[in-house]
Amino acid sequence: MRYQLVSTVTVAAALALAGCSKKAPEELPPPPATETPTPPPPAAQGPVPGTQAHFVQVMNGQDTIYFDTDRYNIDSADQVALQQQAQYLAQYPNVRATIEGHADERGTREYNLALGERRANAAKNYLVSLGVSPDRISVVSYGKERPKALGSNEQAWAQNRRAVTIVLN
Amino acid sequence: MFVRILALLAFSLSAPAVAQEVVPPPPDVFDSEGGLEVTVTDESAWQDLGIAIPAFATNANVPTPANTQGTGALGAELARVVYNDLRFNGLFKPTGPDSLPRPTYNQITAPAFNQWAGRRAEMLVHGYVRANEDGKLTVGCYLYDVQLQNELVRAGWVVEPSDWRRAAHKCADLVYSRLSGENPFFDSKIAYIAETGPKDARVKRLAIMDSDGANHRFITAGNATALTPRYSPDYKKIVYLSYLDGNPRIFVYDIASGRQQLISQSSNPTFAPRWSPDGKWILYSMAVAGNTDIYRVSAEGGPSTKLTDSPGIDIGGSFSPDGTRIVFESDRSGSQQCYIMNADGSNQRRISFFGGRCATPEWSPRGDLIAFTHIVGDLRVAVMNPNGGGLRYLTNSWQDEAPTWAPNGRIVQFFRTARGSGEASLWQVDLTGRNERRLPTPVGASDPAWGPVLP
Repeated sequence: MRYQLVSTVTVAAALALAGCSKKAPEELPPPPATETPTPPPPAAQGPVPGTQAHFVQVMNGQDTIYFDTDRYNIDSADQVALQQQAQYLAQYPNVRATIEGHADERGTREYNLALGERRANAAKNYLVSLGVSPDRISVVSYGKERPKALGSNEQAWAQNRRAVTIVLN
Repeated sequence: MFVRILALLAFSLSAPAVAQEVVPPPPDVFDSEGGLEVTVTDESAWQDLGIAIPAFATNANVPTPANTQGTGALGAELARVVYNDLRFNGLFKPTGPDSLPRPTYNQITAPAFNQWAGRRAEMLVHGYVRANEDGKLTVGCYLYDVQLQNELVRAGWVVEPSDWRRAAHKCADLVYSRLSGENPFFDSKIAYIAETGPKDARVKRLAIMDSDGANHRFITAGNATALTPRYSPDYKKIVYLSYLDGNPRIFVYDIASGRQQLISQSSNPTFAPRWSPDGKWILYSMAVAGNTDIYRVSAEGGPSTKLTDSPGIDIGGSFSPDGTRIVFESDRSGSQQCYIMNADGSNQRRISFFGGRCATPEWSPRGDLIAFTHIVGDLRVAVMNPNGGGLRYLTNSWQDEAPTWAPNGRIVQFFRTARGSGEASLWQVDLTGRNERRLPTPVGASDPAWGPVLP
């Protein structure tokens, strides 16, 4: 019963996303984080190693780090996540990564763009300190334009103050 | 294309030019020399001022591209535009053409004052529209004091039929300026971001419209997220942020050709573009390795000059009307605050010390005030003096941000975000904070940028 409901929602979300990308195929920015947060239950044969789907599966949530309001420091939980990311990037030396920086909705639009940029760079700098070549990592800020959690409450804002690593190959 | 005629052509015989020179001085209550406090006090007096705006007359009802039913119907439409302009700004109590008798063509310069006095109209707007042989329209606009049975002001314009609304806005500006002592602002345009779709996948497009929402047009298709537009002072270009190449970058969009170009060839992200009042310079902010500073570049392109150099986020910026100073925001102190510097970046000093955070400062075209977003939990639009004193809230809602000034510095527009849904809409409020209204837009809307009075 409960499982059925969840899968219906997932299908609806997938349809909505498909509808969106159909409208604007040509010059879309890198895929939004919303396409990645809830990995489907692992299929019989897993995703190809080195792909974004594989990265998401292996990271199991550690592809994203979270920040306090207005902050961009890397705390101990972030360090654990970034260390796992660095290991993955060491294991697959041909993949490149983009780090998307985000802010919650409770700030002005322009400042949040700069804040997201600062957060993504903090994550990048930490990966570089772990030995990942800076040439393999790009950053992009979406400010408050692409929330993951849709509510207007502390819990949602905490989930949206984030830096998400996406691998490209 | 748009020629202002100081002496009206049509009625030179029935209304001798001499009559214009004996215009009575405006009543004392309209004197705004005393500044803001006086304006606030006067508001109730203004609101009591009844203005009758009957349909504009025409000498002959003839076909015109401006209206399928001819110049007669166009005359009513002109009066409706004037009525709506004056109605929505909280200063007057106008009565529109749909509830008033229509004057004859000859009455435009010889009003039936007794009839209007019987309707308790204190002020009377008369106008006419005439189709010329070359296809253009001549529109005349007259303001009368009914009690004194006197003409206060008149003007006329020759316009292309497609510009007929501009003639009505010019008439509303004439009436507004004569009665309030303020500069005109209705004949102006707004650039903004049109928003559609769900909160986590919202499509954001660049769009433009007249100050009253008419002549709406989408500029970008929505493939790439567009944000934070600003009209150039001559309305020929719009500078804005686009994710066209996947990263946030500032583009200068040429309206006539539809072409656009990057403001900086650097691969770093650029944000928060602003024009100088003379249109010769563009301010923008650029993040290098996560650190954002403010730069200045010629509107013609070329090398950029770095104006700020702090380890914090320095962003935005708005020139004083004389172009000598810039107010901007910076978190170098630990949180977003407002600072002022000279146009060359020298003498940077913080001006906001009233608690909370100070963001998106915009210098009034009059120079007397700075509007900004004040953040103390909620986001509210507020004004302060250029020295940081005199904080005053204009709005009180969950999330109002990014104020932009009317060309005359008497009204502020901003965008309001609804809690939960994130739906955004455009609003405007006058400096009393009392007259707040939502602007009609076809879809959700954010980041309004009000341009100057049209050239």
